[in-house]
Amino acid sequence: MSYALREALAAFRRAPVLTGLASAMVGMALLVLGLFGLVAYNLQRSLADLEERVEVVAYLRDDVRTDQIETTVARLREIPQVQGVQYVTKERALERAREEFPDFHSVYADLETNPLPASLEVSLLDGARSQEAVESIAEAAAAFPFVEEVTYGREWVQPLFTLRRVALVAAAVVGAVFALVAALIIGTALRIAIFARRDEIYIMRLVGARDGFIRRPFLLEGAFAGLLGGLLAVALTGAVHWGVNVLLDFRVAWIPLPWIVAGVAGGMAFGLIASALSVRRHLREVA
Amino acid sequence: MIQLTRVSKEYPRRGPALTDVSFRVAKGEFAFLTGHSGSGKSTTLRLIHMAERPTYGEVRVSGFSSEHTSPRDLWKVRRRVGFVFQDFRLLPGRTALENVAFALEVTGTPRKLLGPRAQRLLAQVGLAPKSGALVHELSGGEQQRVGVARALANEPVVLLADEPTGNLDERASRGILDLFLELNAAGMAVLMATHDLELVRTHPRARVLELDQGRLVFDSTGRREEAP
Repeated sequence: MSYALREALAAFRRAPVLTGLASAMVGMALLVLGLFGLVAYNLQRSLADLEERVEVVAYLRDDVRTDQIETTVARLREIPQVQGVQYVTKERALERAREEFPDFHSVYADLETNPLPASLEVSLLDGARSQEAVESIAEAAAAFPFVEEVTYGREWVQPLFTLRRVALVAAAVVGAVFALVAALIIGTALRIAIFARRDEIYIMRLVGARDGFIRRPFLLEGAFAGLLGGLLAVALTGAVHWGVNVLLDFRVAWIPLPWIVAGVAGGMAFGLIASALSVRRHLREVA
Repeated sequence: MIQLTRVSKEYPRRGPALTDVSFRVAKGEFAFLTGHSGSGKSTTLRLIHMAERPTYGEVRVSGFSSEHTSPRDLWKVRRRVGFVFQDFRLLPGRTALENVAFALEVTGTPRKLLGPRAQRLLAQVGLAPKSGALVHELSGGEQQRVGVARALANEPVVLLADEPTGNLDERASRGILDLFLELNAAGMAVLMATHDLELVRTHPRARVLELDQGRLVFDSTGRREEAP
C-alpha cells in the first residue's frame, strides 16, 4: 500500500468522529440532491408520458355536415406539426366513455339521447409539442364555425414544469448550505490531521519530500470522506425511496444508475476539492 | 558549494539577526561556525537550508540561489543539503530504523529497498546493532547518530549541523564530531555551528568562522568574500 493511502486511512483511525461527521455532512448535501434526483426523475418520466398525450381536441356541433368534417380534417393535416387527425363520432365517444368509466355504466345505459359531442383529435409530431405550436393549432381549429370548443393538455402540463424548476432551486439552495458546512468540516478535520502529524510534516520538508507528496494523504482523506458521504447519500435516498414505495404505497421509480454513479463521483470530487482548498493553508500553519 | 554574498537578515520584531555576512565553503571543506548564543549561527544555517530567505544579499547552495529558487523547488535544495539538529528531531515511538526509513520513503525510495538502505545508513553512523531500538531507548549520542543517518538519506553534498553536540556529553560529542570528519573525508562539505570552543580546539586544522551580533568577525583562513 502506498504511503499516501496508508496515511489517509490512518486519519480515519486517528479522528474517526470528525471524519465521520465530514462524511455525514457530504452525505446530507448529496441526500438533498438525491431526493431532488428522485423527484426530478419521476417528474420527468411523468412529463414525458404526458407530453406524448398532449393533443388538441376540437369538439364539433351536432349539426356539422360530413363534407365540412372532411374539409377540416384535410386542412388540419396540412399543418406541419400535425401527425394525424382522427374523427371520433358521437357514438364512438359514448362507447369510450363506457369503457373508461365502467362505474357510470348504468348512467350511460339510461340515456335517451347521446350527450357527447363528436370530435377531431389532432395528434402532434414528436418535438413539435411546444406551447406555441399547440396554441396555434388550437386557434386554427377554433376558427371553424362548427367547432364548439377546443381543449389541449398544455395548461395542466405547465404547472408540472414549474414544479420541477421550484424543486431544483430548493434542492440547490439546501444542498449548497449542506455542502458549505461539509467543506468547513472537511477543512477542520484536515487541520487536526495536519496538526497531529506536524512532526512528520516537518521532517518530510527537512529531507526534501515534494509538496505534492506531503499533500497527497490529506487530499486522499478528503476524497475518502466525500466517497463515504456519496455512498451514505445513496443509502439514505434508497431508504426514502423504499419508505415512499412500501410504507406510503406510492409508486416511485428509482434513480437511474448513471445518476447514482455521478452523485457518488461528485461527492468524491467535492471532498477532494474541499481538502485541496484547505490543505495548503493548514500546511503553512505548521511550517 | 555554499556561498553567502552580503547577506543580511532582519526580523520585523527582533531586528537584524545577520548583517552583511559573506563567506564561502568549498566542496569537501569542513568549517566550524562559532559564536555566542544569538550571534546568528542558526539563522545562517536556516538561510543556507533555505528555510528562510535573506532580507538582503544572496545565498547560493550547490547551484541553487536564494533569489531564483521558488518554494516549489525547495525540495531539490533539501535533498542536496542534510541537516542535523541539537534536539535530534526524531519521530517518537518509532525505531531508529523506522526514522531513517521514513526519510527514505518520503523522498521516493521504493518500498522494498527501504529496510536495506536504512540499515546501511545506520551502519555508516555506527548504529547498526541498535536499529530496532525505539528512539527513547537510545542515548543522546545514539539518537544524534540516527539524526545524522537520516540527514544522509539522500546522499547530500553538504551537511549542516546546528549545535549537534549541544545536548551530549563530552565523549558522545567527540564521537559525533569524528563521524562528521569521516563524512568530510569521504568528500562531503560540512558546516557545523557550535559554541563549544573546546571541541573546536580539538581539531585545530578545521576552518573556523566566527559570528558576533550577526556579523562575521573572524575567518581562520583569512579569506574575505569581496562584494561583487
